[in-house]
Amino acid sequence: MRKATSESTSHPVLIFWIVVGWVGYVLLPWYGVEDFYSLEWLADGWPLDPDYGPAAVLITMGQKLWLAPMLLALVAPLAVMRRPKSDPVFARVLVVAGAFGFGWLVAQGLGIGLRGFAFGWLEALFGPLQDRQFGMGYGALLTVTAFLFLLTQGIAARGAVKGDVFVASAIGGVIAVVAIFVFFPIAKMLLAAFATEGGGYSVAGFFPKFIDGRIWGLGCLSGGRCGAAWNSLFLAVLVGVLTTLLGLAFALVLTRSGFRFKRSLRALTVLPIITPPFVIGLAIILLFGLSGAVTTTVASVLGLEATRWVYGMPGVLIAQTLAFTPIAFLVLIGVVEGVSPSMEEAAQTLRAGRWQIFRTVSLPLMRPGLANAFLLGFIESMADFGNPLVLGGNFDVLSTEIFFAIVGAQYDQSRAAILAVVLLGFTLGAFYLQRFWLGRKSYTTVTGKGDAGVHPAMPTGLALPVYGIVALWSGFTLVVYGMILYGSVVQLWGVDDTLTFKHYLTAFRIDWGENGLRWTGSAWDSFWTTVLIATIAAPPTAAIGLVTAYLLTRQDFAGKRGFEFGTMLSFAIPGTVIGVSYIMAFNVPPIEITGTGLILVISFVFRNMPVGVRAGIASMSQLDKSLDESSLTLGANSWQTFRAVILPLLRPAILAALVYSFVRAMTAISAVIFLVSARYDMATSYIIGRVENNDYGLAIAYSTALIFVMLAAVGLLQLLVGRTEIGRRTSHGEGH
Amino acid sequence: MTGIHAKAASVRFEKVSKVYGRDVKAADSIDLEVAAGTLVTLLGPSGCGKTTTLRMIAGLELVSAGRIFIGDKDVTKLPATDRDVSMVFQSYALFPHMTVLENVSYGLKFSGFGKEEARQKAQAGLGLVGLKGYDSRLPSELSGGQQQRVAVARALVLEPQVLLFDEPLSNLDAKLRRRVREEIREIQQTLGLTVVYVTHDQEEALAVSDEIVVMRNAAIAQKGTPRELYEAPADAFVADFIGEANLIPVEIVTVEGDTATVRIADYSHRLPSRGLATGPAQLAVRPSRIRLLAGAGDGVAAVIDKATYVGSRFEYTVRAAFGTVFATAEDVAHPFGIGDAVTISFAASGPVLIPPDQS
Repeated sequence: MRKATSESTSHPVLIFWIVVGWVGYVLLPWYGVEDFYSLEWLADGWPLDPDYGPAAVLITMGQKLWLAPMLLALVAPLAVMRRPKSDPVFARVLVVAGAFGFGWLVAQGLGIGLRGFAFGWLEALFGPLQDRQFGMGYGALLTVTAFLFLLTQGIAARGAVKGDVFVASAIGGVIAVVAIFVFFPIAKMLLAAFATEGGGYSVAGFFPKFIDGRIWGLGCLSGGRCGAAWNSLFLAVLVGVLTTLLGLAFALVLTRSGFRFKRSLRALTVLPIITPPFVIGLAIILLFGLSGAVTTTVASVLGLEATRWVYGMPGVLIAQTLAFTPIAFLVLIGVVEGVSPSMEEAAQTLRAGRWQIFRTVSLPLMRPGLANAFLLGFIESMADFGNPLVLGGNFDVLSTEIFFAIVGAQYDQSRAAILAVVLLGFTLGAFYLQRFWLGRKSYTTVTGKGDAGVHPAMPTGLALPVYGIVALWSGFTLVVYGMILYGSVVQLWGVDDTLTFKHYLTAFRIDWGENGLRWTGSAWDSFWTTVLIATIAAPPTAAIGLVTAYLLTRQDFAGKRGFEFGTMLSFAIPGTVIGVSYIMAFNVPPIEITGTGLILVISFVFRNMPVGVRAGIASMSQLDKSLDESSLTLGANSWQTFRAVILPLLRPAILAALVYSFVRAMTAISAVIFLVSARYDMATSYIIGRVENNDYGLAIAYSTALIFVMLAAVGLLQLLVGRTEIGRRTSHGEGH
Repeated sequence: MTGIHAKAASVRFEKVSKVYGRDVKAADSIDLEVAAGTLVTLLGPSGCGKTTTLRMIAGLELVSAGRIFIGDKDVTKLPATDRDVSMVFQSYALFPHMTVLENVSYGLKFSGFGKEEARQKAQAGLGLVGLKGYDSRLPSELSGGQQQRVAVARALVLEPQVLLFDEPLSNLDAKLRRRVREEIREIQQTLGLTVVYVTHDQEEALAVSDEIVVMRNAAIAQKGTPRELYEAPADAFVADFIGEANLIPVEIVTVEGDTATVRIADYSHRLPSRGLATGPAQLAVRPSRIRLLAGAGDGVAAVIDKATYVGSRFEYTVRAAFGTVFATAEDVAHPFGIGDAVTISFAASGPVLIPPDQS
């Protein structure tokens, strides 16, 4: 006979979180400690040293008294531990204690900073504060987490989401982390855009900076230079259109032609995943730069003087189109294949010709895919940082301008914030336009019923140009990747063509010294840091992505639409914006993590979370909902169901999410470039540094090595996923 | 030997409503009582609320208003995990990554059984459904009928107070259906289980049930034993849904005691009045209860419109002054032809009076 949890008076989960809260409050250092894991603080005066003291100790010593009210919120839950879950007092106490504790902790963190009160009105209200506080540490982290989950357990006990503690906690957890690590930094950045030099905020000061000629100038129309905003917009629209058209051409060849080497064409989709974006830019320099292969050949043949024509708009456009076409291709394959063949066959039997079918049926049905591909190309181009930096010349775009505003001599945070706001405005605008354009029309043509038809071939008038374009572009891509490989083994490009492994040796030298193996290559440091950080970031990325996907596909709760919109919105935030907003938000208490490895890990988790969400949603919608339900009726709770039924069935999706978040973390540059520090340098930012020093050989050799490492990672994934596929459901009928 | 025993309990709905969104009613103030140890079928067309009702018993949907009792206990607010109810799903919902034995012992794991005890119970359950020796197979290696039995065993071994079936036969082919439904009925009767069974197939419902609840538009249209529903439908909907029925508009001319005399054109027929007063009414007649005689006679004059040979009998569409009726005749040796003039009359038992059409 089953015993209802709502009547039991033992709450292991509740006790766990109460204990966590107390450990955070009474045992661990409340404020941030450098090198926490060396545990030196244990021997170094803990717990009485004010730097390392737990909150409880600080209060008893009469310091940081504003931490004291939280004690109430920690004591209150103890009083209801023995009550049943269905008791209204139980729920009320947990909700009040959790909400008060969480709210107080956040409020004191934001309200009291390095210089006492953070806001003038607080000082006016309470008088000046003689004390100050630094960034929060593990003690605060545990306590705030405990408050959050006490709150969600209280909410669940009140009957929300069917009284399910796991689901309520998952929702609360995801909302909290997305709010802290996506919306809080963005809000901080918006605020910084209004900051004046005196430390105040002013709307009047915002507009002159906002309508600055360097952002919105239209000089290029009359032969001068245009503002970065117009440049970025123009470039992004061009790249969006070009990549979409090229991607469509590739997708058509793959699905609607008798082309025989389709598998190798599909391999193209792997390229953008494993290639750091700016590597294409480097190859373009090798080809078309001042001493590039093509430039010098053409110059000597035609007797012209070699020019720097490629630096600027043309170079960036070529590089981005090369780099992002495979992304458009990846999106469009799914869409072009998804158009149900029976629609096209129906049109055939209704006497439409091949060209008419393509124009009236196939193309309109691909519309959402085209919009998606364009949006991706547009956002990627807007956010791309590496290619404009390498190839931009005098062609200013927003992402590089933001970078120079932060790291350059001008160090102007508010200018960086304003530029980032403009950039964010463009991408969110595109995101909104796309939704608006697609509207509420349903374009779903895959019904889940068997569809035995085949796609008709392209009309000849279309096939010939498409073949031509695909052949040309594939050839170009091959040449580009060939150049990367070749460039890495050439002494000095354009000057000394002798072959050498010098660059690889400089970067990846290993010596056998007295103390054993010594990694003496100059790249090892950043290489291992990158691998370490990417490895640490992968599991939380996959986890938060899958949990979010689970909530979106499997649960119903109040405010789900808003929840969905919030998570989708992070798709449209460019990495550059994330980077800038992170340094603005996390450079000062309450969360002070710039310069640490942690900030890199966190930025990767939230940059790549959409990948995990997408993978999770795609594979979870393949699982029949009755699997969950039958587990529930068999007496498992939702957490046990998630663990015993859903996770094992999602193993391929989990693996994919892990590998892709790892690989994306290895190749990312736009957010990373703002967040690296001397101690935590990443491979991509190291390479960019080499490029800025004109050390192309080393940069290209390092990039090549990265490409091979990631090729290996993706290959390993293919191998593993191929094996686990056996366990998937095969013989279930279609449920309705 | 660890056996499977029943802990059957009754189910009671008190004015239960379920509203989706703002105003989509899936259940509208339903009162329902399922006695312990009986098999009750929820029957109705798709969208009538029968599956929602079943899922509310399981706790997969929580009610918008009203109360649900299992045994004497109010379970209205309990989620599925905490209710002592198991369910066999339409798609079976076997976990594809677990073997048959792991599937069957899945629920036992969460009910506090030791490993060995759970294994023995699971094997007893598999024995009960005739799948001994299939322990280590994966669901994908079983036929549809075998998968269905695993799903039944998985639900049975928990010895639930109530066992729920959601259209369990709809994924089986026609021949297997009859056998499996007999097996389900047999297990239910031997173990004395309380079973609530959802189907849209009236023949299935008639065959397995102690009691049938016919649902329409999120409410109960009628409940009763299979015989009551078939022989004394409360209204036109039930008459037509359970076994086909011809609905013929009639006039009740006299009522004497329990017997009414009705008139259709010139023909009059006497039958139980079922509480109806004189005036317009409808006569529900099963196709097999219509007598067709060649030529003119005592009855309603009609003409054969269509005649179809279906092997065991002939099916006729017959046109009379009041409309067309559908009739069957066992006599395949001497069929009527299209255009033949016939006389319609009714069998002594079978036709029933129902209130006139509301619309």
